[in-house]
Amino acid sequence: MVATTSEAELIQSDDGVPLKLKLARAERMRKLGAFALVCPMFIFLVVTFIAPIFSLLSLSVQNDVVPDALPETAALIQHWDGTGLPSPAIFRAFSIELAVAKKQKIHGKIGKRLNYEISGFRSLIKKTARRIPPPETSDADIIDAYIAIDPRWGKSEYWNTIKRSSPQFTAFYLLSAIDKRMDAQGNIVQAPKEVTIYVHMLWQTVWMSGIVTFLCLLLGFPISFLIATLPTRQSNIMLMLVLLPFWTSLLVRTTAWVVLLQTEGLVNDLAVLLGFWESDARVQLIHNRLGVYIAMVHILLPFMVLPIFAVMKGIPPSHYRAAVSLGANPVRSFIIVYLPQTIPGIGAGVLLVFIISLGYYITPALVGGPKDQMLSFFIALNTNVTVNWGLAAALSVVLLSIVAVFFAMYNRLVGVDNLKLN
Amino acid sequence: MLNVIKYSILTLAGAAILGVTDPAPSYSQEITVSSWGGAYSMSQRKAYYEPFTAEFGITVLEDEWNGSMSVVRAMVDTGNYKSHVFDAETSDVLEGCDDGSLEEIDYSRIGGRDQFIPGAALDCGVGTITWSTIYAYDGDVYPEGGPRPTTIGDLFDVEKFPGPRSLYRNPDPLLEWALMADGVPMDQIFSTLETEAGLDRAFAKLDEIKPHVKVWWTAGAQPPQLLADKEVAIASAWNGRIFNAVKNEGKNFVIVWDGQILDMDYWMIPKGHPELDLAYKFIEFASRPEVMGNQSKFISYGPTVTAAVPFIDPAILKDLPTAPANTQNYLNANVEFWADRGEELTERFEAWLQQ
Repeated sequence: MVATTSEAELIQSDDGVPLKLKLARAERMRKLGAFALVCPMFIFLVVTFIAPIFSLLSLSVQNDVVPDALPETAALIQHWDGTGLPSPAIFRAFSIELAVAKKQKIHGKIGKRLNYEISGFRSLIKKTARRIPPPETSDADIIDAYIAIDPRWGKSEYWNTIKRSSPQFTAFYLLSAIDKRMDAQGNIVQAPKEVTIYVHMLWQTVWMSGIVTFLCLLLGFPISFLIATLPTRQSNIMLMLVLLPFWTSLLVRTTAWVVLLQTEGLVNDLAVLLGFWESDARVQLIHNRLGVYIAMVHILLPFMVLPIFAVMKGIPPSHYRAAVSLGANPVRSFIIVYLPQTIPGIGAGVLLVFIISLGYYITPALVGGPKDQMLSFFIALNTNVTVNWGLAAALSVVLLSIVAVFFAMYNRLVGVDNLKLN
Repeated sequence: MLNVIKYSILTLAGAAILGVTDPAPSYSQEITVSSWGGAYSMSQRKAYYEPFTAEFGITVLEDEWNGSMSVVRAMVDTGNYKSHVFDAETSDVLEGCDDGSLEEIDYSRIGGRDQFIPGAALDCGVGTITWSTIYAYDGDVYPEGGPRPTTIGDLFDVEKFPGPRSLYRNPDPLLEWALMADGVPMDQIFSTLETEAGLDRAFAKLDEIKPHVKVWWTAGAQPPQLLADKEVAIASAWNGRIFNAVKNEGKNFVIVWDGQILDMDYWMIPKGHPELDLAYKFIEFASRPEVMGNQSKFISYGPTVTAAVPFIDPAILKDLPTAPANTQNYLNANVEFWADRGEELTERFEAWLQQ
């Protein structure tokens, strides 16, 4: 090899440029060309996928409202030790900046941000902004002037909240997303029992997704096996039946289950007609966990069937036959020879169904009861209803971390290289 | 649901990369109004949109929204205005006014502040209807002649009135109702809710009814549907939805007005809209007494302009939330309280639901 390389260095093309150089140049051009071809796709991905997700997730730590609207106050209050009340200078800076904020009509934003930490801060800011002590108030009087507006200004917890909200970045939303709070001393503590909800919801989301994935596997494996082993004509029809719900809107399929499963619905009617149960003892099939599982398994089943089917299709039937002819009984040869070969398909199906389930929102909302919601319900609630995008982003971060953890676990156990989607 | 954010960020990113923004048309013959859909939008089409087009030759495009201020905020942040005017609830108007995503209304352009009933002329929102949260029951389940629910306490009385319930998945107005049913006088409801003990008392009362709530609804169209499907016997709802089911679909539902929470909807304009004049033109038109009074022909929501009362369909007067017979015992929605404590109480309410 070494000899050839040095020989190549000596070889020159017609125009006197060493051949190796020309070769490298051509290679570079080819690479550039390839990159140019991929470039649109890459830019598209960055613009429509990576950048939005990143900027969304960054909302979970961003905290620019208070430092932007009250820069001087935010800087000064950092030097306050958090005990008693801040110095008159801070009160003064706060007065000036709140007056400016009111003029720009952004004091509502400040109030809303602080209200996340202490309920009532919103109206306190609004009320104060209407009656800001005049600039000529002396240092000796300014604190009393504030306490005269509202006695809450005399409590250090309110000023501590402003202090905590002053840096450009905050852990507040991420802590809230795991039911934690920061107390006045800056220690991380458990949120009051009446409002702890998200950690429980997180485990419930993982648990429900696990059950759905398990049920999909239980139902999907035999279906895939059947489709893979039937003659082409029948298997094509079966495959169409699996794919058909794929082409129907998620919302339509979910509401169809409402019609079918409700107390006065078709399933109950049929059961009464056939005498399974009495008309006055109709079974509750919807607005509970059962309904969520039925609807979700139905919707997600194709995601399990397709990868398993694709893998099964590629397993030569001769392997199984060889095992039988070598003396293994059918069950043994299935377990030892056939099943291990389907693992990549099972892995892909399980991962797909599980990850998609984790983000489910509309189906549990429509067919579930109050206790059957998943974490996405609260992401939507905080995005749309309470418009607390920081918390919504923090919950998304938590959910995304869970996906990452499960993906890593999967990688350890099965190996992503082993993943077969088709 | 993160689509909204994604979309807005995407629009921003797209605009940044291409170096362009939507060129605002200097003149257009179209106005887009966002409202709630269903029977309510239908009534607005008949009462406002079609006459507006007839008078000014401007087409009204209808857009449906779910009352999420994130939509308005995204529009203002990106400068990509899809709607001129929104029909919104009080809390939305106050919140949007606070964080600067709404235009402050210049009342001199729409006929002055005084023509409106108290509470209808907000800084950033012009009242358009009065509506009410009530509860209704299925007249087939509690037939005439037998005992029928008449008070807010009956909603909680599962012994006297057995049957599954459906309630709004929201602490407002359930906490108010719980205290009313527990015997707190109307004028002390919110002062009681301000205290920890008062909140505990409200949740304790809600505990009684919780096992009987089959569905916690999240969309206004659900309660009439659940009643019609016989899924539930009693449901809390917005009065116009029940009225519509009774009048247009012949359902045997009965509204219980006792303890109703009276509220309003408002027109509001996203801040910085390039076609502000058009938005004002529409709101001015929709606030004319004869135009507003006409809406009651199509839905049982009341007017917010005093002078509109003579134009109200007499047949519908008794079904309006503001009718004397319906306001024997009622509460005005307390938006300030919910703006302050809504988030905290929503969290507590959701945690309570999980218990």
